[in-house]
Amino acid sequence: MENTLNNNPNGMQTVDWDAKLESLGISVKKELRTKKHAFIMPEWAKGWIALIPALIFLILFMIYPILNTFVMSFVNNFYWVGNSGSSFVITNYIAALQNTRSSIHLSWGIENYIKVLTDPVFLRALGNTGLIVIISVPLTIVIGLLLAVCLNAIKPLKGLYQTIFFLPYVTNTIALGMVFNAMFSSSAGSFINVFLHMFGVDAQHWLDIYANRWNMFAVIVIYAIWNGLAFKILVFMSGLSAIDKQYYDAARIDGSSKFTIFRKITVPLLSPQILYITITSFIGACKSYSQVIALFGSGSKNFGGSDQSEWITVVGYIVKLIDSTADSAAGRGAAGCVILLLIVLAITVVQFAVSKNRVHY
Amino acid sequence: MAEHEIYFASEKQLRIYKARKIITQVLLYSFLTLVGLFILFPFWYMIITSFKSTKAFENEELSGQLVFYLNSTNFSFEQFSKVFRGNFNFGTFYLNTIIVAVFSTAFTVVTSVLAAFAFARVNFKGKDILFTILLGTMMVPGEMMMMTNYQTTQMLGWANTFAALILVHGVSVFYIFYLRQTFQQIPNELFLAAKVDGYGHFQYLWKCMIPIAMPTIVTILILSLMGAWNAYIWPTLVASGSNAVLKNMGIDHSMLLVSNGLMSQFTGEFANDIPARITGSLFATVPLFIFFLIFRKYIMRGVSRSGIKG
Repeated sequence: MENTLNNNPNGMQTVDWDAKLESLGISVKKELRTKKHAFIMPEWAKGWIALIPALIFLILFMIYPILNTFVMSFVNNFYWVGNSGSSFVITNYIAALQNTRSSIHLSWGIENYIKVLTDPVFLRALGNTGLIVIISVPLTIVIGLLLAVCLNAIKPLKGLYQTIFFLPYVTNTIALGMVFNAMFSSSAGSFINVFLHMFGVDAQHWLDIYANRWNMFAVIVIYAIWNGLAFKILVFMSGLSAIDKQYYDAARIDGSSKFTIFRKITVPLLSPQILYITITSFIGACKSYSQVIALFGSGSKNFGGSDQSEWITVVGYIVKLIDSTADSAAGRGAAGCVILLLIVLAITVVQFAVSKNRVHY
Repeated sequence: MAEHEIYFASEKQLRIYKARKIITQVLLYSFLTLVGLFILFPFWYMIITSFKSTKAFENEELSGQLVFYLNSTNFSFEQFSKVFRGNFNFGTFYLNTIIVAVFSTAFTVVTSVLAAFAFARVNFKGKDILFTILLGTMMVPGEMMMMTNYQTTQMLGWANTFAALILVHGVSVFYIFYLRQTFQQIPNELFLAAKVDGYGHFQYLWKCMIPIAMPTIVTILILSLMGAWNAYIWPTLVASGSNAVLKNMGIDHSMLLVSNGLMSQFTGEFANDIPARITGSLFATVPLFIFFLIFRKYIMRGVSRSGIKG
């Protein structure tokens, strides 16, 4: 009998709680319920009622778009022009089912993927995103880890430093990107050029159309680090505070050096947080977009350089295609989305595989 | 080290130990201070530039003599009137953003609480498979939905309306998942006790689960409000023109939110006026900062526990 009481409510079986409680000799005040509701709703109905508000919107704005993107990416002659295009918005699916729009002859295939993968702009976007991921993510994680360990080693003013390091998290990416844009302007009196002048370096172009590709990249990385540190430090700090101090005391008695302690105790015990941060930041960096356009300005169409797409990212490429009326823009955009999804999935799988025997939970 | 007692073989060793400790602390603090300055400097730059006159700022830029403080020659309030001037100004951006933030947060919390409740407490067929599907979608980048959602909103006639900003991204699988975890930690005995007292499922949700899960709900509230304040891509795509409903009534009301409003000023009217742009940034930053200072504890705890944003 005790076991039935502790029955797991998450199991699939529907449980008649009233009968169960009564069989235990507990009287259930059913009259309290029946007074209000003439009829008692079955449990499954309650479940669906609670789910329906969320489910309607999830199906319409999440499940359907995911499926639709796959479909769009495999339609060669797909196009979307305002409300009049032959597009797979819901009404068109209905029309297709009813066979009322026979004028649309869709041709299926992988043309969109071929177009995207041979598009030099997309390849550049892919390379740029890859560079941003490979350079900025490890740098931010290493600096974040270092700062978290340092923060953990001090006592006075710890809270103040923690709050300061957290500030970039609660700022608007676009707003601070614009501040960086001004700090890195190309005039002789911009912050960065004044700063470099102290070291005898001449004024340089940073973000305008005359700038060298790698100067632009430097600013992108600096902004990514500035922007990304906050979250990493916070997560690492919460992980560090959970590590038992006895490990450190034991290591100190053994006379281990600070670096050995860091390598053999801190990193292994922090590995769940490190894995979590690595995965989220790699995926986040794959989707870099606002950070880059915040620096270069000119809305969603500008990624620096004279052709305005020097540092275009994969998401930037997709966004450019969304409201575009160019030939097969929607199909190419959808193909780009699927490629992005595959990259994100691949990164996640690889990282889980790599960390399998390195993460200590 | 006050709680431990350390014994040293000699006075010399004690002195070495103490000296080392001081040096480490000095190095630690200098490193942290340097990084702290790196973090804080853009904010300082933003504040001083907002209070400079455009003329003084341009002179400083051209002459290469950037002044990192305010003095009687460069100080001016002229930027503040600029960002609140004209048709598309920060007053409108604030109003729109607050409307979107409040309504989308309320919508998110209500739908997430109900859905999480269904997943955590109610038994019905198909629950597990549905939850697995939803978890799977968390892996899919949001950009994938953008394209179709854009088309759907156009088709529904939601372009440049609040509905597109509030409803489309209103339900979050992540919040449902996060709340479900919290709900599941509530012991079964409480549910049985509520049953004995004659509570139905929804009464139990309202009177027991929501109060117990309040910290999680507060976290979701905060994250959702912050997300609405910082949203950029989606608002730019679907609502960067004039409000569609008000336009029919002859009223020209911009639908720009803080982030994309700022960007439109950046590229539009203030393209060559850096201090005005920076003042816009200041106005986009300050409300969130005040919010952060008030709810610092909740925000930092909530972010470290849930951890979204890459």
